[in-house]
Amino acid sequence: MIVAERKPVEEIIESIQGSQKILIAGCNECVTVCEAGGKKEVGVLASTLRMHFMKEGEKVEIDEVTLERQCDHEYLEEIRNKIDLYDVVVSLACGVGVQFMAEKYFSTPVLPGVNTSFMGVTEERGVWSERCQGCGECILGKTAGICPISRCAKRLLNGPCGGSTDGKCELSKDLDCAWQLIIDRLKELNRLDDYEKLMPIKDWSTERAGGPRKVIREDVRL
Amino acid sequence: MRLRYPGNIRIIRVPCTGKVDTLHILRSFEKGADGVFVVGCLEGDCRFNWGNLRARKRVEESQKILNSIGIEGERVRMFNLSSGEGPRFAEIATEMTEEIRKIGPNPIKKIENKAAA
Amino acid sequence: MSVKTPSRLEKILDEGHLAVTSECGPPRGSDGEVIAKKAEMIRNYVDAVNITDNQTSVTRLCSLAACIRLKLMGVEPILQMVTRDRNRIALQSDILGAASFDVHNILCLSGDHQQFGDNAQGQNVFDIDSMQLIQTVRLMRDQGKFLGGDPIERPPNMFVGAAANPFADPFEIRVPRLAKKIAAGVEFIQTQCIYNLDKFELWMKQARDRGLHEKVSILAGVTPFKSAGMAKYMKNRVPGMDVPDEVVKRMSGVPKEKQAQEGIDICVESIQRLKEVEGVRGFHVMAIEWEEKVPEIVERGGLYPRPKVNE
Repeated sequence: MIVAERKPVEEIIESIQGSQKILIAGCNECVTVCEAGGKKEVGVLASTLRMHFMKEGEKVEIDEVTLERQCDHEYLEEIRNKIDLYDVVVSLACGVGVQFMAEKYFSTPVLPGVNTSFMGVTEERGVWSERCQGCGECILGKTAGICPISRCAKRLLNGPCGGSTDGKCELSKDLDCAWQLIIDRLKELNRLDDYEKLMPIKDWSTERAGGPRKVIREDVRL
Repeated sequence: MRLRYPGNIRIIRVPCTGKVDTLHILRSFEKGADGVFVVGCLEGDCRFNWGNLRARKRVEESQKILNSIGIEGERVRMFNLSSGEGPRFAEIATEMTEEIRKIGPNPIKKIENKAAA
Repeated sequence: MSVKTPSRLEKILDEGHLAVTSECGPPRGSDGEVIAKKAEMIRNYVDAVNITDNQTSVTRLCSLAACIRLKLMGVEPILQMVTRDRNRIALQSDILGAASFDVHNILCLSGDHQQFGDNAQGQNVFDIDSMQLIQTVRLMRDQGKFLGGDPIERPPNMFVGAAANPFADPFEIRVPRLAKKIAAGVEFIQTQCIYNLDKFELWMKQARDRGLHEKVSILAGVTPFKSAGMAKYMKNRVPGMDVPDEVVKRMSGVPKEKQAQEGIDICVESIQRLKEVEGVRGFHVMAIEWEEKVPEIVERGGLYPRPKVNE
């Protein structure tokens, strides 16, 4: 999933200064699972903002909605009839949702309510961590299912570096060394000999380096 | 046992404090409460293992949110009691009421009243 | 082995001498004389001098310019190059720049993460890693080609080195990792500072068991402690550093004013023991901001005078 973090309330308040009618729009997908922008977080933010404005003696109306997804036309369409009622939308979707909403409703300011962080997993309730950087050319088959691009701080394709200590990255004792994980799993799979295969220089043109990316599937297009 | 505790307290029963969400606490303030205290079982004694521990974290989260908009976080507190400690409950209720009195009324309510007047 | 480059370091190794290299960190400013002064102190005691490349990710005068300065002084430089800060265009370009001044040695590194430096908020590049940089230099030198496949007019002619840390984790891949660097094309290795000699000897034995010591020239890295505090710091704070307790104890056991001398004694004793290890082809003496002590270490280590080679 795409993992996001709630923006500080102070930053959101600053960004919506002067608006009279505000829609807080959540998303039922990734940001719900990572508890940053689902229905519950929409409720908490809306309640917080209402209290703030009441306390400041400002009359500001705040409505709440949570869409199934903000990265698909059909769900964004659900608010078409009422979008013009609002001075501003604070979207708690990931950066993708915020942008798609802004593209669709061109004349309404759409502000981000979360910081979109990474593609990752729920390690345990309340703990999310990165697993993929969308490089566009997956090498997991060669690295025992552990991605050195997203999980090694230096993206080393032929790691580990000299800073690997007790299985941890030199950056932090809380961070596993990706190459230690790769080696452990190669061993488990009886493939440790593969460690000595040199990983060739990577073609980064399928990654961000190659410019904004697009996937087109003619067979599924309408 | 008939114990006296301040009459301005509204008790909301929940099956376990683990059921209390940040949003419930915030809504209470939004609707004008001057303070909220969550009373759970003793730590380690939760029938659902960590309901009361999670409640404590939500109380802390609510304090943070309230502080961020300039409302005193101390208006929310968590207490842990066993079901046999009725007198202690009454004591806490009194103590909490006094402390909230010291902080003063919910600033939201003050402004609403002013607007009404 | 036969010599492939005009590198003095390569010649000395080829003739079977124990080589001695050292390193100088460039200044945090534009006074090139700083580097010249350091090099002057050690020039007659070492065969070549590494110039670090923004080590520990702290911004400094660039390795390339400092190497050129050494070259112009007649001191043989080893250009350290990390892949942290430059993409493959810039790396190849700097290799050519160095080659244009006949810098004949390069040390290929990935580089410390920028979190440890003075620009922790900066972006890192890591377009390629240290193994791939080794391959890149070899491609440019041996095939006279850029990574993109185009021919290079007057290809670089560099003796290619890399670092090896026998002490980092996981230990079981330390020798396979050396083998991997050799497969990538590395010709000399400078190791991490050695304080745990038993562990180093075990690593060397495993390398010998695979015949790796014949495929690459291994220079044992040594660094004198200036104080017991430095020993403790290296032990506890520097990732991938293995300082045994007895070494720390030995440093702490002498009065403060004698600790520097004790550090040098330990260093000299290490050199003497490491000279006996089969496969050790020389020494890399890293006297961190203590270059003036290199002559003493080299002399007492029985590595002076340095051999003359025809250039």
